[in-house]
Amino acid sequence: MAERLLEVDDLSVHFATGDGIVHAVDGVSFELERGKVLGIVGESGSGKSVTAMTIMGLTRDINSRFSGAVNYQGRNLLELSDAEMQSYRGNEIGMIFQDPMTSLNPVYRIGEQIVEAIQAHEKMDKRGARRRAVELLRQVGIPNPEQRVDDFPHQFSGGMRQRAMIAMALSCNPAILIADEPTTALDVTIQAQIIELISRLKDDFNSAVIMITHDLGVVADIADEIIVMYAGRVVERADKRSLFYDPQMPYTWGLLGSIPRLDRPRPERLHSIKGAPPSVINMPPGCKFRPRCPHAFEKCMEEPELENRVETPGHLDRCWLDVEVKRSVRDATIAGEAPEAA
Amino acid sequence: MAQPAESEFTLDTAAELAARDDSTVIRGRSPWYLAWRRLRRNYFAFASLALFILIVLVCAFAPFYANHVAHTGPNTQHVLDQVTVNGKKVDVVSAGGVIKGKLVPSIPIGPQWGAAGGKFVLGADTLGRDVAVRLLYGGRNSLLVGIGSSAICVFFAIILALLAGYFGGWIDFVITRFFDLFYAFPVVLLGIALGSALAINGFHHFGINIQSGSLWIPLLVISYVLIPYVGRPLRGQVLSLREKEFVEASISQGASPLRVMFSELLPNITSSVLVFFTLIIANNIVLEAALSFLGAGVQDPTPSWGKLIADGQRLIVTRPMLALAPGIAIVLTVLSLNIFGDGLRDALDPRAKVRVEH
Amino acid sequence: MLTFFARRFVGAILVCIAVTFIVFVIFIVVPGGDPAQRIGGKNATPQLIVNIRHSWGFDRPFYYQYWLLMKKMFSGDLVSYTSQQNVISQIVQGVPATFSLTIGAGIIWLFFGILVGVISAMRAGRWSDRLITVLALIGISMPVFWLGIICRYYLAEGGIATIFPDGEYVGLTENPFQWFWHLFLPWIVLAVLFIGFYGRVLRGNILDTINEDYVRTAKSKGLSPRRIMRKHVLRTSLIPVITLFGLDFAAVLGGGAILTETVFDLHGVGQYAAQSINNFDLPPIMGVTMYGAFFITIFSVLVDLFYAYLDPRIRPT
Repeated sequence: MAERLLEVDDLSVHFATGDGIVHAVDGVSFELERGKVLGIVGESGSGKSVTAMTIMGLTRDINSRFSGAVNYQGRNLLELSDAEMQSYRGNEIGMIFQDPMTSLNPVYRIGEQIVEAIQAHEKMDKRGARRRAVELLRQVGIPNPEQRVDDFPHQFSGGMRQRAMIAMALSCNPAILIADEPTTALDVTIQAQIIELISRLKDDFNSAVIMITHDLGVVADIADEIIVMYAGRVVERADKRSLFYDPQMPYTWGLLGSIPRLDRPRPERLHSIKGAPPSVINMPPGCKFRPRCPHAFEKCMEEPELENRVETPGHLDRCWLDVEVKRSVRDATIAGEAPEAA
Repeated sequence: MAQPAESEFTLDTAAELAARDDSTVIRGRSPWYLAWRRLRRNYFAFASLALFILIVLVCAFAPFYANHVAHTGPNTQHVLDQVTVNGKKVDVVSAGGVIKGKLVPSIPIGPQWGAAGGKFVLGADTLGRDVAVRLLYGGRNSLLVGIGSSAICVFFAIILALLAGYFGGWIDFVITRFFDLFYAFPVVLLGIALGSALAINGFHHFGINIQSGSLWIPLLVISYVLIPYVGRPLRGQVLSLREKEFVEASISQGASPLRVMFSELLPNITSSVLVFFTLIIANNIVLEAALSFLGAGVQDPTPSWGKLIADGQRLIVTRPMLALAPGIAIVLTVLSLNIFGDGLRDALDPRAKVRVEH
Repeated sequence: MLTFFARRFVGAILVCIAVTFIVFVIFIVVPGGDPAQRIGGKNATPQLIVNIRHSWGFDRPFYYQYWLLMKKMFSGDLVSYTSQQNVISQIVQGVPATFSLTIGAGIIWLFFGILVGVISAMRAGRWSDRLITVLALIGISMPVFWLGIICRYYLAEGGIATIFPDGEYVGLTENPFQWFWHLFLPWIVLAVLFIGFYGRVLRGNILDTINEDYVRTAKSKGLSPRRIMRKHVLRTSLIPVITLFGLDFAAVLGGGAILTETVFDLHGVGQYAAQSINNFDLPPIMGVTMYGAFFITIFSVLVDLFYAYLDPRIRPT
């Protein structure tokens, strides 16, 4: 068993707002081992980004409250002071964000920004740091890095900017790289390149990756384990194969069903999950997906626990339906033939 | 077949249950409603608005005060009169001259507050006029010029911004050059230039005839001078709105330029306009005061707060109230507007970190 | 880069030319009536009026009038008939006082404006921020000339204290200490308004910038809060403030401090304008207006260039 780097234990994050308390993340747990890729999948508002940012300590604020633990190499990051947390960011855990254009400071050169990241944690003079920056740019596939290192962000294309961001995040050899929707703002063709780059770098740097996305297609390739989040909770957790071939949550079926597929007969309309995610301030009672679930029944008024079933070892889900029943209605649901919730 | 014993799972059950949905849904709210809610929570801003409205009302009732409390008009001079103070008769404006060998200036009486039965509550000026009455009438004029000029200014600024932003091309070029040109003049200087040029003979062009002492002159001068300052930022906003998809969509559906400008663009700049309008009123009140102080605004004998300060300047040592009162009036009015405008801006576009109780 | 320079420069020249035309329109055309009478002033004799009419070309076509006006302005031949003095030389005489006032006040208001902005942004939402905000708003709400009168009365003329001299300007070369002492109150009075305004603008910019994505990235790199504030937040937040400063400074330099100068009797360019207004003496007002406009135009070109230097996205590559 590879080294366990990160253990998130029953993490909850609440924000106080003028409209009430927002339960952004509620009882999330997972582990991450070196060399592995964990995919976190969910809609907007599912809490996936907040989880990631909380690991980095970026959600600390006058109005936020945390419970649970984020254990990194034995220490609970939630309990660290801001100054201590600073030494972990970039150094032990790096993060890249969704929109590389706005995530890079437009008035500084790319090289300067990477050097800044390096010098924050390593004692290196400007020249050495700059050389390292050029090397990093080369590693992420930027052509002509000796010239481009002095360019400004607006002089890079979208894909190249994201590569530069990855270079910057990996500059201090962090053990974990968190990628928050890294490809959402990019073209589909570039998307594939970036995913492949992340996968390669993970091996080169011997780190672990948390890949956050709303698109199951993105994690299909690179993830080892996938957790599905909904309404701030983990609703399903499994290794990649099990998730795609034996999904246990109606929500996951909905996600899978909404991917257009070449190997299926073309549907009249692309199947989508009806309804909208629940308000994070006033959650419905019972299972949070119940209002949108075509298979909801009486027991769903009681919130299910995240459980391992005998039939599916290592595969956790939050659904009262029996595994047999699920498997029988699943294919129809994914194909879009199941009755929709009214 | 392991089915939960409680119920039969059928398609009908699912539909039924769905119909029984009692969860709360995210309700969509318009940005106006949200802004109003935020504003409502800002007691400070509302208190300021109340203060401003109070000031406006008090000034609006100037004639009432003049007739029933002070028993005199704003321009009536009482140089040679006497007034009864606590039973004794006192000269409104003391006779100056040489007294006991020393040259003594002629001084009007100071603030009486209640002692003279409502007359000369704040004292008299060199011409024996009741300062309190002039303060209220002056307030009327200052507020009229301030609010009126803002309304006209914002009106034209919106039109120019919409035209420039929507049509672009040479229309935008001309309008922007027009803005740039007047940006080149310091506001006060331009106001003075226009104000004094028009103060001599009034304005008699294009069939419009405005006499030299009319309030319209400072009103129009100020509105004109401020147009570029409101128009340019609005134009910038219109330009960025123009690029948005909903405008393109509207045009591609055949909407006429007029319709696009008024139904799509205008509503989206409304929050800026509201904030601008409030802050520009504050600005214009001060600008009018400055112009009148220098003599390029309202002319004698019309009172305005700026004019009163100018009049009271000479007597600042002996009768400070003459200059203090109008100044305080300006500060209170402008401050209340600024605080409210600030609260309005925060409500429409919140960004400050506020600690929430929980 | 050179074409950028050149284009802005040419643009500025065009604006200056247009400004002269506007001055012409405002003073000669707009008011109507007899311009010769107006320019001659209150005590003009009939002979003087005839002379003016001829030398200014009011009996000639419109464009010729403009041409003559420009000739007068630029050859230094602009004369105030009311005071019998050459306008250009009067303006030049007032320049040291105006410059001293502006530069001193400018330094004060920029420094304290930035200080106030940073402090109130860092304590955003807390009561100290609200207090600063209210104070800043009070500063903005006070008419400059009124504040000047009050200060002069209470602190200089003997109302409460006679700490400060009672107005007037003393040349720097004459007596440096007195120069400073005489300018102290005017500097403060002029700066108060701007400090309040700049503080609020900067505070707003900082609060906006703090929420930008690249600040989040900077945090995620593990940079210290101080470095983040200095290199990422302030750098961007200050840009609009500096450009605003450039323009305001130019406006004040160009005679915009007319009120402060008048109240404190500094005999600068602004006060010259103010006196001329009282007498409805048009040639000086024309001269000062043009002088002010030129200053602003030059400064706005400088500001544009500076902006391009600060924000590489603007630079033409």
